[in-house]
Amino acid sequence: MTKKNPEYDFEWCPGCGDFGVRRALEAAIEQRRIDTELPVENNAVIAGIGCSGNMVHLLEGNQPYGFHAIHGRTLPVAMGAKMARTDLNVVVVAGDGDFLSIGMEHIAPQASRNLNITAIIMDNAVYGLTKGQGSPTSQKGHVTSSTPYGNPLEGLNPLKLYLTLGISFIASGLSSKVKDLSQLMVNAMNHQGFSVVHVQSPCTTYHNTYEQLKGNLRKGIDPLAWPISDDHDSTDLKSANEIVDTPGIPLGLIYRDEGRPTFDMAVDDMASQGKKKSFQSIIDGYTV
Amino acid sequence: MDKTDFVVRFAGEGGQGLLTSATMFAGAHTQFGYFTQTFATFPSQIIGGPTWMQARVSTSEIFSRGDELDVLVAFNQEAYDYHKDEVKEGGVIIYNSGEFQLENDPQGFGMPFDQLAKSTGNTRSANFVVMGALAHLVNIPQSIFEEFNKKRFTRGRPGDDELISANNQALSLGQQEAIKSGFVIGKLAPPIKPDYEQILVNGNEAICLGALAAGLQFYVGYPISPATTVLTWMQSNLLGSGKFAYQASSEIESITSVLGASFAGKKSMTATAGPGFSLMGEGLGLAWMAEIPLVVADIQRGGPATGLPTKTEQSDLFTVLTPAHGDVRLPVIAPGTVEECFDATIAAFNWAERYQGPVILLSEHVLSERQQNIRKPKLDEIQVEDRKVFSGSNGYHRYEGSTVSPMPIPGHAGSYVANGSEHDPMGDTTHLPIRHLQMTERRFNKLKLLDDGTYEARDSGSSIAIMPWGGSKGPAFEAYQRLIESGEDISWYYTMYLNPLPSKLLDEIKSKDLVIIPELNYQGQFSTVLRSHGVAAESITQYTGLPFRVSDLEKLIRDRIEVERKKTTI
Repeated sequence: MTKKNPEYDFEWCPGCGDFGVRRALEAAIEQRRIDTELPVENNAVIAGIGCSGNMVHLLEGNQPYGFHAIHGRTLPVAMGAKMARTDLNVVVVAGDGDFLSIGMEHIAPQASRNLNITAIIMDNAVYGLTKGQGSPTSQKGHVTSSTPYGNPLEGLNPLKLYLTLGISFIASGLSSKVKDLSQLMVNAMNHQGFSVVHVQSPCTTYHNTYEQLKGNLRKGIDPLAWPISDDHDSTDLKSANEIVDTPGIPLGLIYRDEGRPTFDMAVDDMASQGKKKSFQSIIDGYTV
Repeated sequence: MDKTDFVVRFAGEGGQGLLTSATMFAGAHTQFGYFTQTFATFPSQIIGGPTWMQARVSTSEIFSRGDELDVLVAFNQEAYDYHKDEVKEGGVIIYNSGEFQLENDPQGFGMPFDQLAKSTGNTRSANFVVMGALAHLVNIPQSIFEEFNKKRFTRGRPGDDELISANNQALSLGQQEAIKSGFVIGKLAPPIKPDYEQILVNGNEAICLGALAAGLQFYVGYPISPATTVLTWMQSNLLGSGKFAYQASSEIESITSVLGASFAGKKSMTATAGPGFSLMGEGLGLAWMAEIPLVVADIQRGGPATGLPTKTEQSDLFTVLTPAHGDVRLPVIAPGTVEECFDATIAAFNWAERYQGPVILLSEHVLSERQQNIRKPKLDEIQVEDRKVFSGSNGYHRYEGSTVSPMPIPGHAGSYVANGSEHDPMGDTTHLPIRHLQMTERRFNKLKLLDDGTYEARDSGSSIAIMPWGGSKGPAFEAYQRLIESGEDISWYYTMYLNPLPSKLLDEIKSKDLVIIPELNYQGQFSTVLRSHGVAAESITQYTGLPFRVSDLEKLIRDRIEVERKKTTI
């Protein structure tokens, strides 16, 4: 059922990139419903804190389950939900601050476990909800309220990080290209293993990068974003590495490894070697 | 008259098999029908450092480790020096003459533990040499240990027979040494076998068994003393379809993944100790706010920060009551015995599912390591409560109403947003003053569903009461028994349900002039809580990393009563 809640009054700023991410996610969830013939309630969207976290309240159409959790902990909450219920499609939505700063410690473990979930990261290179501080993806020289003389450090390259950590599906998208983004999300959800769709989702209030990303011929601004060539073999790690090392923002599927067992498969495999005992027989084992 | 109670302490260095000795000594007696309890204290290192473990054996149920020693087994000079004063009159010190010599101790006799062991062909049979000597000292048949030896080492491996025979030989060698020494302590009275089946477990095993009995499906934890054995037990035993046990990368990951699992419909739990619990604070606030049932066991150790990882203390009470920021008061159940570790765990799961929120199971190092024979639980008699699950159609308002409401499960109709931000009945974030008021009251209202905690009350006519909590129950109870036997007029109260306290219990203790709370922390945490409820509570505190000794408590309580009586006469 479509949700209508007159009381809920949170709004993204006009032109916020997160609107496009929302439309793409709604379409991807709907596509999945059609493909799998499972109800939308089979999806659980785990959100962190920040503008992006409000996604769970703002989704329109048939409602998936949502969990608006705490800052930085989307991945372990998602791990709990997925490992408890492997039949669910678990999707994380988080911002660059939530995922790559406070939540950084949780990325590497899930990458090595190959947890079978999809993380959608909305990157605007600032902390929006707290009014525009610098974030891990803020570029060098970027002036924000917390870097008044410009960011002294090089910004993080999240795509390179994901590839280095061994995440088994990595895609990069732009919030204004809703159709392409939605397809990347569908593919990510279909991927068996940990998938990340990293989206450039500009903040129109504190860091409007639409023009830089898309370019402006009249002003002589070259687009920062560039499409990944159709020739790119996404299973080729070397080629994927070249893409993330290329300046600008690549758009499309960067890397996928379909061969690795997922976390739940690996755990099932180990557990099947254990001696399954009934509870009564476990207790009997302690009998005097 | 025969002895009815016997305490032996094994003291030396970590890695010398002290824990095995005490466990074996207690285990063998348990099989014969005695009541036993062990107590261990050791430093936080793998090998070395002063370690001791003691076993108490009795013909009747026992509540504490035992203050004074009948026998001290000293593996080195340092152990002898440190512990010799605790040996009672008529007690014996068996020392390892292969390590050091004693000249002027009329209570001591030496034998070379390792040399005797070596002569049997099994260099690791020193434990049995000691056991043989002990058997002679208390005049118990060596066959108890022979039987134990046979049972323990018949493992279906080549060499089992040789090992068993070497161990038996070690028993005889020890016995001969004891005979030569001329010491005897007195005969241990024959056991009075209980008329019910027993299991031999430690506190953490009892927690694990309780969790499985309550229907645990999902466990994630991180290694930390003294909670690690819960994790390793779960990884061995929480197997099968729909079950999951896993070592996380941090306590933050533990608590948040347990949250995700319970949101997805599973009975979920983690266990930790102080430092890990501190890291779980924000996650526990989320569970309270989003109304997610789960159980967190905090096996207390000593001190803040790293503190004393392998010692005991009851100093996390304030922390577990309000681990998170904002208006939060979590339900807390604190077992006081190994048997209660089992019962409290089941109660914790029942509470969590009933009020749909986090429940803290507050145990202690001293219970986690204590091995004791307890009544074997009958599984068909256990009351297990399951979650009230929503079964209607979509459009459900999950947080509607002033108390608990059915919880939808992902995969089924009734989708909602579980929300850690303040929310309206649909689960959407809100800032309306009326909503924060309603939802805060809803969360606290749910605690009223938990006023079914039981409590103990004895001699409730006195104006002065003693009311311990947690692991201090045992020594306090023995002190109380001694006080009553000596004619003191004092009431006894005890509950493991620390929050919410059973309301009837609260009414009773409010009528007392003085409620004495023995507890192992500096601040007198439980008495502070009780005073906030209007109880005239006062603590007797100890903060050494060790549990109370019965004789110390008896004296402190007696002194405090005397002061109080004088006050009333004036």
